[in-house]
Amino acid sequence: MKTLLIKNAFVIDPVQKISGEMMDIAVRDGKIVDDVKNPDQVIDAEGMLTLPGGIDSHTHICGTKVNFGRYMSPEDMRAGRTSRKGDMHATSGYSVPTTYGNSYRYSRMGYTTLLEGAMAPMEARHTHEEFRYTPMQDCLANTLFDGNWFALEAIQDKDIKRLAGILAWYLSAAKGFGVKLTNPGGTEAWGFGQDISCIHKPIPRFGITPREIIVRMIEANEMLNLPHSVHLHCNNLGKPGNYMCTLDTYNAIPDLNDKRQSLYSTHVQFHSYGGTSWNDFCSKADDIARSVNDKPQIVIDTGQVMFGKTTTMTADGPMEFNLYRLYHNKWSNHDVEMETGSGVIPVHYRKKNLVNAIMWSIGLELALLVDNPWQCILATDNPNGAPFVKYPEVMALLMSKEYREKEFATLHKSTGRRVALPAIDRELTWDEIAVMTRSAQARALGIIDYGKGHLAEGAEADIAIYPIHVDTTDPAHDYERIINGFSTTEYTIKRGEVVCRRGTCTLEGNHSTYWVKPHVSPAYDMSTDTAFIDGFNKYYSMRIGNYPVGDEYIGRNVCIETEASI
Amino acid sequence: MQEIKDMVCPFCGCLCDDVTLEIDGDRIVSTDNCCTIGNAKFLGKHRLKNPIKKVNGKWVDITYDEAVDTAVDILLDADRPLLFGWSGTHGEAQCVGVHMNEILGGVIDSTTSVCHGPSILAIQEVGHPGCTLGQVKNRADLIIYWGCNPIEAHPRHMSRYTTYADGYFLDNAFRNRKVIVVDVRETETANVADEFIRIKPGGDYAVLSSLRAIIRGKGDMIPDSVAGVSRTQLMQVAEMCRTCSFGALFFGVGLTMAKGKYKNIRNAIELVDDLNRHTKFTLTPMRGHWNVYGANEVFSWMTGYPFAVDFCRGVAFYNPGETSAVDVLARKECDACMVIASDPGAHFPRACVEQMRDIPLIVIDPFQSLTTPLADLQIPAAVTGIDAEGTAYRMDGIPIKVKKAMDSDYPSDTEILTRIYDRMLEVKGL
Ligand code: SF4
Repeated sequence: MKTLLIKNAFVIDPVQKISGEMMDIAVRDGKIVDDVKNPDQVIDAEGMLTLPGGIDSHTHICGTKVNFGRYMSPEDMRAGRTSRKGDMHATSGYSVPTTYGNSYRYSRMGYTTLLEGAMAPMEARHTHEEFRYTPMQDCLANTLFDGNWFALEAIQDKDIKRLAGILAWYLSAAKGFGVKLTNPGGTEAWGFGQDISCIHKPIPRFGITPREIIVRMIEANEMLNLPHSVHLHCNNLGKPGNYMCTLDTYNAIPDLNDKRQSLYSTHVQFHSYGGTSWNDFCSKADDIARSVNDKPQIVIDTGQVMFGKTTTMTADGPMEFNLYRLYHNKWSNHDVEMETGSGVIPVHYRKKNLVNAIMWSIGLELALLVDNPWQCILATDNPNGAPFVKYPEVMALLMSKEYREKEFATLHKSTGRRVALPAIDRELTWDEIAVMTRSAQARALGIIDYGKGHLAEGAEADIAIYPIHVDTTDPAHDYERIINGFSTTEYTIKRGEVVCRRGTCTLEGNHSTYWVKPHVSPAYDMSTDTAFIDGFNKYYSMRIGNYPVGDEYIGRNVCIETEASI
Repeated sequence: MQEIKDMVCPFCGCLCDDVTLEIDGDRIVSTDNCCTIGNAKFLGKHRLKNPIKKVNGKWVDITYDEAVDTAVDILLDADRPLLFGWSGTHGEAQCVGVHMNEILGGVIDSTTSVCHGPSILAIQEVGHPGCTLGQVKNRADLIIYWGCNPIEAHPRHMSRYTTYADGYFLDNAFRNRKVIVVDVRETETANVADEFIRIKPGGDYAVLSSLRAIIRGKGDMIPDSVAGVSRTQLMQVAEMCRTCSFGALFFGVGLTMAKGKYKNIRNAIELVDDLNRHTKFTLTPMRGHWNVYGANEVFSWMTGYPFAVDFCRGVAFYNPGETSAVDVLARKECDACMVIASDPGAHFPRACVEQMRDIPLIVIDPFQSLTTPLADLQIPAAVTGIDAEGTAYRMDGIPIKVKKAMDSDYPSDTEILTRIYDRMLEVKGL
């Protein structure tokens, strides 16, 4: 029975519609409670901005390609090294830190829950192994299905129930959380060195279109009653003129769930490009934002680009090869049999590069032009657009037009002609920032009911207390204070324990892995389906019995069981 | 008699996971699906019964408690300990090793530095276009083995993943695939190849460069013969590569340790990169030990670097050639050494072996090896894959759980290391 009382906090909790109230927060055994008598620990938060713990609903922190980013880049590892200190282990790396590096730095910023954006189920064990060494956050992993042969065959046969059965089997086997599609159909085409263009043409060898893959997956996802929606990395990432493809995709999305979106569209900055080539490249954030404003069934994250060095990594293999041909630094590719692929290359986004400057603007435009902050999540697609340590700067840019203008003046001169940013006056409020960095994530991921993203009684006591006094801070002008304040919490609390104090992590967080196990009827249980088992053993290079990730890989875990309608 | 199916073979980087074992009481009596070298490991005898310690030049039996205390004393007394090996143990143990090294401020390195270290250096310069082995099995119509001899070193590689394996897009895999072998001598693998390219020793770099030139349309620059390979053959092979629908290049220490070392690999990677502008091509190092790739993975996520990591400055520092085991030993820099799951006594240069003999040396290994005579203490452990379990990474990066077939009284590597680590923390008051 451990109790904690946080006094005099200035609380913003959008899920509960609390907008800046001075209040006390009581915690018992890791959960928020109404009140505690004689608390074991008292924290006086004296007017400091207090929010539910931050949630990153799309980041790359653990797993095969992340680790390859480390493996292939000693120069990045040298860029951020700390030695062992107190309870903190040594860390390395800037854009792809070691697992402890990720965990400590996120904790310092008040983040308590992280979703790894892409996990090939065949390599899931690796992701879970790294989660074990990410001690300060609860971790979840989206599971890749974009090129899954069994899934593609079921779609070919128009057998959505079987498709749902296949998703269920893989999610449980990989101990994954949500269904992720990366360049659906395109990664399969990349198996023979090809790509596809947008969503209407059939993909090679399977004769179905990306549009069918996306829509059928959404239907199957809802049949399984999964907490999260389909999480889509659209086709044509990074190509000039791709906004049409993005709009086409959005127009195909049904509205199937009244609690949350039916589609989570990720790193949309990379999918909002106008022009026909890099020469006439321009922003189409406006069109994309308008489409999102019309469609409550869609939630996006921005995929903000920030200037400096970083590493790109994605399951979109063909895209990485194209990017490599632009940058010519180094290129890694890793196709995963029967499932998906991935690529990793380092990049350097420069202010004086017109394309990069436009990309930077597009991310901000999206965040400012989508009306409802619950539909627009703040993320850099860490580390693709920028390392997550840049989040406080992104927040300040969104809250201050003055800061945006100051930055804009340093960019390539022609940027203004290609983007709408300078004309946008909106400055986001404290509440909107709170939504876009935690509450919207919790709702989009479907984990509000599991006590995430809010501070109501019964919720997990994941709390971030920032040394920011809202009354005396005018974000429009005090953007330096915003950046500093959001960079280092006064206290980060994980399940009721202070895990980080002014940047120093003081103990290992009591972290968990969240995963989903849908229950399906015997007819759709792939573990007893002979066609599935035989096909598996014939074409995978691993036996089906050795494939599922065992319980021993996840320590403390939260299994979300769902009843499927099949 | 008990039969266990789908066991994982803990011998080479193929990590075959379809082995059947027959067990009689506490003994494996036979294996099925296993190759001869894997079989020899499963049926291996001569395990040490208990920890042994050298006292006045003689081995005496000691308990595990005493062994742990001795190991802690040796390691904590040292200014610059070296923790070497790791390729023959599971990932969980490797993680404890890294934590231990952080406390000790020592150097931690795996056998990588003497096998595919050059491959990693090349990858760190130009990347790695690769894939999983099943991708090759299902798609590849062209296989190249360069500087490796799978028939002897990875006996089931060709039947499980390449030449003879059935594939989704190949109706008649064996007939629809072409196999090219490149080597300095005619190996058994060369005998089954469709095309054998025999290179004069040291000529790999030139041959790779010639192939790249041809692929880039500069074939007229090529002389009549390059490192013993005729121009005609080079043109023909380049054409085979360019026109296949999926090519897979596998390479071994015959390329990494030949003249040119990491430059060879860099050239090979860039060849594959060039070929990807015409077709699909991938490249995979043939990793030797069953979990040497796992050591690279674990070290990377915990320290940021895949091998040869030096913690003497408190932060992780990496400079192969300076911080790799052979160099640290040859310079007589380290003053204590722990060897786990490998046998440097059998493979290291003489100067290194002498240094190991002259400093306190701990060996953690189920079996006696050529390193044992150099040691002061040997702690026998359970064998992962037989009486211990844990995670391993196949040569293509696929993590597989290596299972155990039976219980035994031997502690696993993780248990032994954790005891040593916990005791160290206690002594140091951490
Ligand atoms: S090929 Fe390698 S892993 Fe497979 S059985 Fe033989 S030694 Fe074991």
